[in-house]
Order: sequence, then structure tokens, then C-alpha cells
Amino acid sequence: MKEKPSMAPIPTERDLRLDLFRGIALWLIFLDHIPSNAVSWITIRNYGFSDATEIFVFISGYTAAFVYGRAMQTHGFLVATARVLKRAWQIYVAHVFLFAIYLAEIAYVVHSFDNPLYTEEMGVLDFLKEPDVTILQALLLKFKPVNMDVLPLYIVLLLWFSPILWLLLRAPSMALVASAVLYALMWTFDWNIPAYPSGTWAFNPFAWQLLFVFGAWCALGGAQRLNRWLNSRVVIGLAFAYLLFAFSIAMTWYFPRLGAFVPHFVGEAIYPIDKTNLDILRILHFLSLAVIVVWLVPQNWSALKSRWCWPAIVCGQHSLGIFCLGVFLSFAGHFVFTEVSNRVLTHVIVSLSGIVIMVGVAALISWYRVIERQGPGPRPPTNKKSFAEGNA
Amino acid sequence: MIWRLLPLLVLLLLAAPAKSQSVAAHTAECRVAEQQVENNFALQQVRRAIAAKQLSILVIGAGSSLLPGANGAKNAYPARFQHALSEKLPGVEVKLATDVKAKRSAAEMVAAMPPAIAAAKPALVVWQTGTVDALQATDPDQFSQALDKGINIARSAGADVVFINQQYSPRTESMIALGTYAENMRWVAVQQEVPLFDRFSIMKLWADLGTFDLDSATKKLDMAERVHDCLGRLLADLVIEAANSDDRLPSDRSGVKPSEPHAEGIR
Repeated sequence: MKEKPSMAPIPTERDLRLDLFRGIALWLIFLDHIPSNAVSWITIRNYGFSDATEIFVFISGYTAAFVYGRAMQTHGFLVATARVLKRAWQIYVAHVFLFAIYLAEIAYVVHSFDNPLYTEEMGVLDFLKEPDVTILQALLLKFKPVNMDVLPLYIVLLLWFSPILWLLLRAPSMALVASAVLYALMWTFDWNIPAYPSGTWAFNPFAWQLLFVFGAWCALGGAQRLNRWLNSRVVIGLAFAYLLFAFSIAMTWYFPRLGAFVPHFVGEAIYPIDKTNLDILRILHFLSLAVIVVWLVPQNWSALKSRWCWPAIVCGQHSLGIFCLGVFLSFAGHFVFTEVSNRVLTHVIVSLSGIVIMVGVAALISWYRVIERQGPGPRPPTNKKSFAEGNA
Repeated sequence: MIWRLLPLLVLLLLAAPAKSQSVAAHTAECRVAEQQVENNFALQQVRRAIAAKQLSILVIGAGSSLLPGANGAKNAYPARFQHALSEKLPGVEVKLATDVKAKRSAAEMVAAMPPAIAAAKPALVVWQTGTVDALQATDPDQFSQALDKGINIARSAGADVVFINQQYSPRTESMIALGTYAENMRWVAVQQEVPLFDRFSIMKLWADLGTFDLDSATKKLDMAERVHDCLGRLLADLVIEAANSDDRLPSDRSGVKPSEPHAEGIR
């Protein structure tokens, strides 16, 4: 397929739906990250194959292309690459910060908890015996504690993003095909990045890049091309059917009795549903969700500017900070469950307060942006740059 | 997780009065988790061994099959399991051997399996695993392959297999990612038609209902001993039920413990 040298201009106005759904995804990730949280039954992973991670990675790809694509068009490859790498560095620093908090939490458990029932489980603390090795491995992104896999994935995706962006701006279909080929090669040759002390990355970057690049492709004109398909009744019908199928399978996880209605060959075909390598069933589930959402929520939907959507949108606009905050809050939430109370009411209160804190901090970051833009002295406000910085 | 248990809690509330007679032998604290002991697969070798009045069992496990202290071996679930079986199977000689060492991954246990099985000549291998692999973040595929390999070794030596999955450990829940390993174990169990003793869900239910305070920081052994005693009893229920069921059809249930029919639990 032949592409025009420079495809459709990147839209100048930000699609608020992206911020809205990224904000919601951040809330869901927070809820899912608190172990045994009663409130997490509302999150989408319980009703189908994919979860909030897919939404987060796709939208991150979309916004990265939106922001850095424009930078590449106006300032060139070098400047855009520099900005992408700066962003990757920021995320790296954020990840190390979270690791420090994790160390504090785990060290507390060593001192406070002892129970003969759990001698084996306390082995999780063994790494504290050789902090030099562990901390070095953590800095190399090889040692990653539970629930701290998303940021390293994001870092790796950004590290190789600028050549992909370059290709996307010239031959978008080729870039997408290349990404799909990499995904296929990963499945064929079992490619993944090694982890410490053993095993591989829980989110395989060779697999998850597909969703990230697909998001970027959509941002750079792909979404318009898909428009015809997105409005087709057949596609919407298929999406509904697939969501329904995934929903019925998901129900057998909670009501094993229903498993009897699942033919054996279906079970053979779909299990195990691989999250590490981004199973194709998960991609299809995410795409179906996206089709339905795009169909239900038009870009010019008036509610997007209302106060009801604002809390999620403001979180989505500051995703890195709010994601890190969410990971910290989920540690804190679990701490409350084990130390204070484990009743369902506590779960509800902790979950709600967590989201309120996320919204509050996001609003605070927005406010800081505004006062920084006003800045001291004669420097004129630079609106365009502000998009390029925090929000990718 | 609680969401997964809600239907069970409802069931329990409904079923509790009807059930109480059939489980008189159980202490009250174990009983609440009885619904968690579901089985779909038959244990043919165990069935034959019971018929021959001689049942020999090998428990292979890691640290969570042990209790510390001088009486640790006597009070840990393998010995309690043997005790419960002897009570429930009068006239049958129940022999139990253990190959239990802390900090062993599934692959390490597989390597130690052939000599242990050759020595014990069991009709049943009870295999507790999954925690150490999660701790070491073993490649989940290699974990599944180790499970398959272990099952094949046991079966080719003429033994049935029962899996025991991880413990529910509220304090370390945010630090050990059990999920993938628990799911892979469940999946291998379904594919290989091996009964899975769902220790995780049982202990989770105890924690949710307040049966045991699994959060408490203590050096004392009394709660740990009661937990192991209950696990041993429930495991004995599972094994007897599986030995009494002819095949995996849920309708056939002429067992020691009357139980409701249930479907194949793929997860």
C-alpha cells in the first residue's frame, strides 16, 4: 500500500475522551492493585478478558504520537527524540521512587510480622539480605516487585518510540505491519526480556508494543481511516457478540457450575489467556470495548466538558503522576486492610478516598501548570509546549 | 477475590443447616470451608488401594507443608491428613511418607521425585507447590511444564496425583504475585484431570469469615496447628470423595460425604 509522504495533519485539539478513559483506567488499576479489595469486583477485568492495562497502554501510545508527532513535524527528528527520551527518564525516576516506597513497606513487614504458618512466604523478604544486588537489579529494571511492571514497560516502549514515530509519519501502514510482525515473531521465538532473580518480564514489551503502536497509528490519522468500519453495524454487532462471549466465559470463573456449558474444545482453544504476552483474545476484547465506546461516546459529547467527567479527565491528563500515586495508594490501602480493619466498609472507604486523593492531586498538578506558565519575568506563555510535556 | 466468594458465602448460608449433620466429625472451624473442597476427577489407584485395605501416600511439598518446633512433623497437615484418613477408613492401613523441604520450586521437586516415589511406592502423590515459584518469579511456562512432568512421573509409577495450591497469606499478598501460578496450576489440574485441593480459597474464606485470624503476628503455634489440622481433614474428605467417584460425571456421588453436584471448574 502506498502512503502519501505526509499523512493527514495531526488534529490540534485534544480528544477529551482519551483523557476521560485514561483517568478511569488509572482508577481501575488502583482498585485492582489493592489485594483482596472487595470494591475491585466493579473493574472490567472481572467481566471479560482484557483489563485497564490495555486501555492505559493504548491511550499512552495515542497521546505519545499526538504530542511527539507534532514535535517531530515542527522541530524535526532530533528534538522529538530528545523529548521522548526525557519523558522516559522522568518515568524511570518515578519508578525508582516507587521502589523506595516499596522497600520501606516490605522492611516494615519484616519487623512487625511473624507467624509460624508463613515461614515460606516470608522468603519474599530474602532479598533484603543482599540489598546491594537487589537495588542494582531494580535500577536495571530487572527486579520488579508486584504491581510495578507497567512503568518499566512504558520506559522500554518510549526508548524505541522515535524511530517508530518517524516511520508512522511517513508510512503508517508499514509501521503497523512491522509492529504486528514483531508481535508474531515474539510468539514464534518466545522473545522477552529477562528478569531477576529468574523468569522474564511480566509485561512483555515485544508483545505490548503492538497496542502502543496501534494507539499511535490511530492518533496519526488511522482513526479517521477506521471511521467507516467503526460506524458499520456489522462491526458493532460483532463487537457486542465478542463482549458477550467473553462475559459468559468470565462468569464461569466465579460460578464454576456454569463451566459445564462451555464445550471442552472451547476451553482447549482459549486457555490459558496469556497476559504477559498480550493474548490475541485480550486484544480482541479491548478492540471490541473500544468499538462500543467510540460508538456510544462521540467526540463532541457535551458531557465531556461537564463537571461529572472532570474528575476522570483531570486524572487522565496527568497520567504519570497519578499512576505513581495510585501504586503508592494501593500499598497504603493494603496496609490499612491488614493493620486497621478488613471489613467491606473499610474497603469501600479506602477505595473512595484513594480516588478522591487522586483527583485532588491531579487538580493540584493542573494548578501548578497554570502558575508555572504564568511564570516569573517576561517569558511569554507557551501553550503548545505544555501539551508536549506532562501529558504524553 | 471477595467477589468470587460471594456466591459461595450465600450458598454456605443456605446450606449450613442441612450440612451440619453430615460433618459432625469436623470441628466447627474447618466446616465453613467445606464447600471449597470440590472435586471433579476420580482417583482410581486410591480406590483400588482402599479396596485392598492398604493405602500408601507420598506428600511432596515445600515450606508450607511444614510446621516449626519439636512436634512440627506431628502437627503439620501431612500427619493430620493421615490421621483423618485412618479415622474415616477403618480397617485400611494408611501409610504416609513425606518428601518435604522448604524453598523448593516445582522443578526442584520434580527432580527429587523418582527416588522418593521408588522408596514409598505410593498409590497417591499429594503435591503441594506454587509458592516458591511465585517467590522466585519462575517462568510461568516452565512452572506448568514442571507440573506436567511431575504428574507423568507419578502416573507412570502407578500413583494418582492431588495438587495443593498456595496458602492465603494476607500480609504478604501485596508482595507475592501468586495469580499466574495459581491459574496455571488450576489449568494443568483441569487438563490432566488431577484433583486440586484449593488451599488458597479455603484459607481466604476462613480469613473472610473470621474463623482464623491469619493477620495476627505471633510466634505461638496454636493457630498454625489448628489450621493444619483443618487442612488435613478437608484434604482427607477430598481424597475419599475422589476415590469414591467412578468418573468425572458430577451426577455420580456415592461418597462418604454427601455433596451437591457441580460442574467442571475451568478457570
